[in-house]
Amino acid sequence: MTDRSVSIAQADLASGDRVPRLQLRNICKSFGGVRALKNVDFEVYGGEVVGLVGDNGAGKSTLIKTMSGAYVPDEGEVLVDGDPVTISSPQDSTRLGIETVYQDLALCDNLDVVANLWLGREAHRVLIPGVLRVLDETEMERQTIEVLKTLDVKIPSVRSPVASLSGGQRQCIAVAKTILRQPKVVLLDEPTAALGVAQTHQVLNLIRRLRERGLAVVVISHNLHDVFEVTDRIIVMRLGQRIASFETRKTSSEQVVAAITGATVKVNEDV
Amino acid sequence: MKSLDNDAHPSSEEQAIAPQLGAEGSPSQAPTTVRFNLRSFMRGDLGFIPVILTLALITIYFQVTTSGVFLQARNLSNLTQQIVVISILSVAAVLVLLLGEIDLSLAAVAQACAAIMAVVSVYQNWNPWLAILLGLVAGAVIGLINGFFVAVLRVPSFIVTLAGSIGYAGFLLLVMGRQTTLIVRDDTIRSLAPTFLAPWLGWVIPFLLVGLYGLGVWYERKRRSQAGLPLRSSLQTAIQLGCVLAITVIVVYLFQSYQGVPQAVLISLGLVVIFWLLLRKTTFGRHLYAVGGNAEAARRAGINVVGMKLTVFVMASTLAALAGIMLTSRSTAVATQVSSTLLLNAIAAAVIGGVSLFGGRGSVWAVVLGALVIGSLDNGLDLLNQDQSIKSMVQGGVLLLAVTADALVRRSGLRTGR
Repeated sequence: MTDRSVSIAQADLASGDRVPRLQLRNICKSFGGVRALKNVDFEVYGGEVVGLVGDNGAGKSTLIKTMSGAYVPDEGEVLVDGDPVTISSPQDSTRLGIETVYQDLALCDNLDVVANLWLGREAHRVLIPGVLRVLDETEMERQTIEVLKTLDVKIPSVRSPVASLSGGQRQCIAVAKTILRQPKVVLLDEPTAALGVAQTHQVLNLIRRLRERGLAVVVISHNLHDVFEVTDRIIVMRLGQRIASFETRKTSSEQVVAAITGATVKVNEDV
Repeated sequence: MKSLDNDAHPSSEEQAIAPQLGAEGSPSQAPTTVRFNLRSFMRGDLGFIPVILTLALITIYFQVTTSGVFLQARNLSNLTQQIVVISILSVAAVLVLLLGEIDLSLAAVAQACAAIMAVVSVYQNWNPWLAILLGLVAGAVIGLINGFFVAVLRVPSFIVTLAGSIGYAGFLLLVMGRQTTLIVRDDTIRSLAPTFLAPWLGWVIPFLLVGLYGLGVWYERKRRSQAGLPLRSSLQTAIQLGCVLAITVIVVYLFQSYQGVPQAVLISLGLVVIFWLLLRKTTFGRHLYAVGGNAEAARRAGINVVGMKLTVFVMASTLAALAGIMLTSRSTAVATQVSSTLLLNAIAAAVIGGVSLFGGRGSVWAVVLGALVIGSLDNGLDLLNQDQSIKSMVQGGVLLLAVTADALVRRSGLRTGR
C-alpha cells in the first residue's frame, strides 16, 4: 500500500533564476483567415498561480487549448521545465503532466466520489492471476480520503454520489481527480463560474492549496474579484495578443480592466 | 465587469462563510462505525423497498382471493419457472439500459436464435450442444450488428433496434421456411428448462453461494478495518447476512417441498449473480456505469466508449439468444410469431425494479423483483380465471404505478440532496 498518488510533487518555492514549469514562446494560431493568437508568450512557474484574463474572443481559450493539446499551434515552441516538447494531442499534454479541468467538470453524476476520482485508472486486486481481477475499493477509498484531506476538500462522505454534492464540492472533486495523476501544471477553465459565495471560497482555497503543493496553476476567469484573490500574476490578452502582465499584489483592478478593454491608461509592464 | 463591485469588501464575506464550511464535516478520520441512516439505507443496497412493498401487497391480495393457493409450493415453483425467460431477457435489457441505450430487438433476437438452433437440431441432426452454441453465436453476431450501428455509426439505438426487431422477425420467417411451428425433439434441449435438481444438489449449491457471499462480506470488512476506513455497524451487517440466509432457506425449502429446485430458475438466478458481480466488482462494470452516467466524462477518463457499447450490445443479444433457447426448451417448439408482450415485459421488469431509462442507475437485482411482480400478476390473475383483457389492464396499471412511485421516491431523494 503505497502513497504514490498522494505524494504530490513538492517543488521548491524559491524564486529568482528559476525555469518556468511551462513556457510558450511566440505562439501563433490561425483559423482560416482569423488570427486567433499572434506571437503569444506565456510562462507559469511552479508554486505560482497565474490568472489569464481578457474579453470574449481575446484568445484565452485558444491559448489554454494549445497547452492542453486540443489545438496544435501553427508556429512557436512549448517548453516544459526548459525542455522543448511537442503537444499534438490531449494525451501528449497529459503525459507531460499538464492537466486541464474544464468548465463542464467531466464527472459522472451517478458514481460516488471514489469512483469518479479513480475513473479510468482503478486500483485492482488480483483474484485469479491473469484471469480475474476485481476493483480494490478499500485501497481506492483510503487514498481518496487521504487526497481530499491533503487538499482540504470537505464533503459529507466519499461514498455519496457526485450528484448530491454542491457545485463547489463538485469542482473540487474535478480538481482532485487531476491531482491523482500527479500533474506539474493544472489548467482551470472558469473554475468559479456559476458558484455561490461559499462555494467559490472553497474552490479558491483549493487553488491556494495547489500552489502550496508546488504546482503551476493557470486560471482562466471572467471574475476579476476571484482572480485578484487567488493569483500571483495576471496576464491580459486582447485580440489574440498578450498585451500586459501584472503582479497581482502591486496592481489595482482598474489597471487590469483598462488593459482588457484597451483603454489608454498607463500600463505597468512587469515581466 | 460586474464583479468589480465586490472588490470593496472581500474579507468580510470570507469571515461570514467560514463557519458554514466547517459545518460540512470532514470525510472521515478514525475507524468509526457509520451510524444507521434510513435514507441512505433506502438509496443504498436496499433501494428496492417500494418494489418489495408492491410485491408484498400483490402477494397478500392473491393469497387471500385464491384462498391460499397462491403461496403453495406448487404454485410458487410454477411461477418462478414462468418468469425464467423474462428474467434472462430482462438482464439483457438492464445492461443496455445502464448504458443509456435501449434494445427493442431482444424478443425478436431471442426467437430468431432459438429458430436457428431448432432448425439445425431438427433438420440437420446437429449435436444439441453444438446447436445451442450456434444459437448463442448467432445472438452475438446480431449484437455486433446492432452495436456497430449504435456505437460506431452513432445511430440512435431506439431506431436501430426497432428496425432490427422487424428485420430479425423477418429473418425468423426465413429460417423457419414454410413451418409455422417447429417442434424440437432433442431430449437435451427439451430438458434444459423443465429439469429439477437432485435434492442434495438443490441444497448444496445455494448454500455454497451464500457461504461465499458471507466470506466475501467478512473479508471486505476485515480489509476496511485494517485500512482504517469507517465500517458499517456489525448489527447492520448481521441483519444483511441474516436476511440473505433466511430468504435462501425459505426459497430452497419451498422448492424442495414440491419437486426440487428447478434448473431453469437456478440458471436465471446464476446469471443475475454473475452480472451483479461483473457490474459491481470489476472495471468493466464501473466503466459501464460511467458511460451510462456521462459518456463524455468516461471518454475523457480514457474509457473506450465505442468498445463498451459494442460489448454490451453483444452481451445483450447473446443473453437474448439464451432466453430464446430456454423458451424453446420450456414450450418444446419454436413459433414464427414473435411474442408481443415478451419484450415489453422484460423492459418493464427492469424498470419496475428501479433501473433508470436514462442510463447509469440501477442494479441487475432489479430483474428478480421486477420479474416477480410481473409474474405474480400474471399467475395470480390466471388462478382467479381472469380474462386476458383484465390481465393486460392490471399489468399496465401496475407498471405505471411502480414507475411513478419510483420516480417520486427518486425525486424526493434528489431534492434533499443526500
